[in-house]
Amino acid sequence: MKNRITELLSKTKKPVLSVFYTAGFPNLDDTEKIAIALEAAGADLIEIGIPFSDPVADGPTIQASNKKALDNGMSVALLLKQVAALRTKVKMPVILMGYLNPVMQYGFERFFKDAAFAGVDGLILPDLPLDEFAQYEALTTSLNLSVSFLISPTTSEARVRKIDAISTGFVYAVSASSTTGAKGQFTPEQIAYFNRLKSYNLKNPFLIGFGISNYTTYSQACAYGAGAIVGSSFIQQISESKNLEAAIQQFVLSLTTSK
Amino acid sequence: MRYEVDSRGYYGNFGGAYIPEMLYPNVEELRQQYLEIIQQPAFQKEFQDLLRQYVGRPTPLYYAARLSEKYMANVYLKREDLCHTGAHKINNTIGQILLAKRLGKQKIIAETGAGQHGVATATVCALMGMECMVYMGKLDMERQRPNVERMRILGTQVVPAVSGNMTLKDATNEAMRHWINHPTDTHYIIGSVVGPHPYPHMVTLFQSIISEEIKKQLLAEIGQPNPDYVVACVGGGSNAAGAFYHYLNEEHVNLVGVEAAGLGIDSGESAATTALGKPGVLHGSKTLLMQTTDGQVIEPYSISAGLDYPGIGPLHAHLFETGRVQFVSATDDEAMHAGIELARTEGIIPAIESAHAIAALSKLELTTEDVVVVNLSGRGDKDLETYIHWGKY
Ligand SMILES: Cc1ncc(COP(=O)(O)O)c(C=O)c1O
Repeated sequence: MKNRITELLSKTKKPVLSVFYTAGFPNLDDTEKIAIALEAAGADLIEIGIPFSDPVADGPTIQASNKKALDNGMSVALLLKQVAALRTKVKMPVILMGYLNPVMQYGFERFFKDAAFAGVDGLILPDLPLDEFAQYEALTTSLNLSVSFLISPTTSEARVRKIDAISTGFVYAVSASSTTGAKGQFTPEQIAYFNRLKSYNLKNPFLIGFGISNYTTYSQACAYGAGAIVGSSFIQQISESKNLEAAIQQFVLSLTTSK
Repeated sequence: MRYEVDSRGYYGNFGGAYIPEMLYPNVEELRQQYLEIIQQPAFQKEFQDLLRQYVGRPTPLYYAARLSEKYMANVYLKREDLCHTGAHKINNTIGQILLAKRLGKQKIIAETGAGQHGVATATVCALMGMECMVYMGKLDMERQRPNVERMRILGTQVVPAVSGNMTLKDATNEAMRHWINHPTDTHYIIGSVVGPHPYPHMVTLFQSIISEEIKKQLLAEIGQPNPDYVVACVGGGSNAAGAFYHYLNEEHVNLVGVEAAGLGIDSGESAATTALGKPGVLHGSKTLLMQTTDGQVIEPYSISAGLDYPGIGPLHAHLFETGRVQFVSATDDEAMHAGIELARTEGIIPAIESAHAIAALSKLELTTEDVVVVNLSGRGDKDLETYIHWGKY
């Protein structure tokens, strides 16, 4: 069987929309509802965040969603159960993204196996060092799990190439030197960085994430990368809404169509 | 050299650099240059001159006669409380600011718990004319108010951290976030032997002046450099790392780390990491960490803001695992009583962090022959409100 992420990114003609949200937020059992609504609204890929008590790479929005999700009782074990259930209802690729410690406590090998078994297609573990991952690479490959690493504007070309070589599925291009959070537009320096990445002709496609919040930033990201990842602005939208489905529908529409 | 950091930044099973890519270039720049810079003669001269003329080193090794009588041993106090700004923290901030200057950084950020590291950072920034911002948990800002104002007088912006328990861990999270957002012009002066490699090693090197001096002073005092015991409190572990460093390979010197038990190790309100922690990853390194079975970090508790941290530096995790250092703990009450005891017997009001180290004296099986060095990491001025509030004196 082919990996769903690789399949999606090799077949699609148009840029992909990947949405990040925190598992178990706003309510513990919303993880599945959100996935279904996102697929119905036209998202191509979902990244489900494993909540952590100390999310150092995140801005206030995602910090708050992590805290709420933990207060709701979310854990790695419960999330894997939820993913196994939602896997039978959505077709798009599912990625789990999270800080290392909860995964380490669950046990790396056990986590990789259980995630693959639950139907997870890819992983993003931002604080997993490249050289620590080496020992698990054979296992994730045999489980058909893609593992995407991050690059940032200050990552050197040599290191971008190293990260590209070890990543599978796609490379996660962080749009700015920043924590997560919605921003209005990209600067000329950011555009130059996207162009630089394009010129590298990497083995993997790259998706651009962090700071994407509206049609302008979304379409700019899509003009340079294979697609865009939105997180904070989506989480803001669903945390304030009474009707999840309608809010998600409207969010995807507003992101992907110009006014 | 069993206790030295290896080429990958590990002490045995602990250490490393578990950081998101946004921090990688910063940390890597530091990793590639720190040893080379620290070893330059010009750096060493500037560092040593400042330690001598500005910090007031060497700090005295004081024979505490009445305390010795009480514990029926020979107790010496290493008087880090007499350092400029009132604690050992400045040994590290002097070193790091000189390093930051050589790396071409213009701005400094730091986290602080008790405010001692914040004050020590604000001080060296004033000294070097650098812009400084210190993150401090909102709760800590309340319980260490004098230090907040000291930082402000020194021209530093103090930013309250309002997440979590609003203590040291949360201030560290905020400082790391700030660094992610300002990667090129800013150096992050971490205040203890924690964080991603090379921080634990670098901070240990800057603090190792403590044991370097103890060795010389004991030799002059008693004719030999090695005591039977070295005792130090452990929050992140920087004063302990400094006091232990030159004794690590002197296996007959008993090294004792004292953690904060808070209301008691099993009370649910504690910061005794070696008793309660398991290996995990926080703030960039793999170390012992107080956490739930799901890997969520447990909010620690101690009356002492400087010991109120859920982890310890990776060096200490290794020293614990190998058994090289014996870890004991002292409760809030034991520490407060020990603080008052030191005030009454020696006329020294210690920082509450350091009072934990004094409290350990009654837990050791000492003989009248034993030479014990207690690292008195700081003075109690900042803690007056806590002493007053505690009231039992
Ligand atoms: C006087 C004093 N001692 C000890 C500590 C604990 O830090 P460490 O364990 O790094 O020495 C602090 C921290 O603020 C302090 O102010």
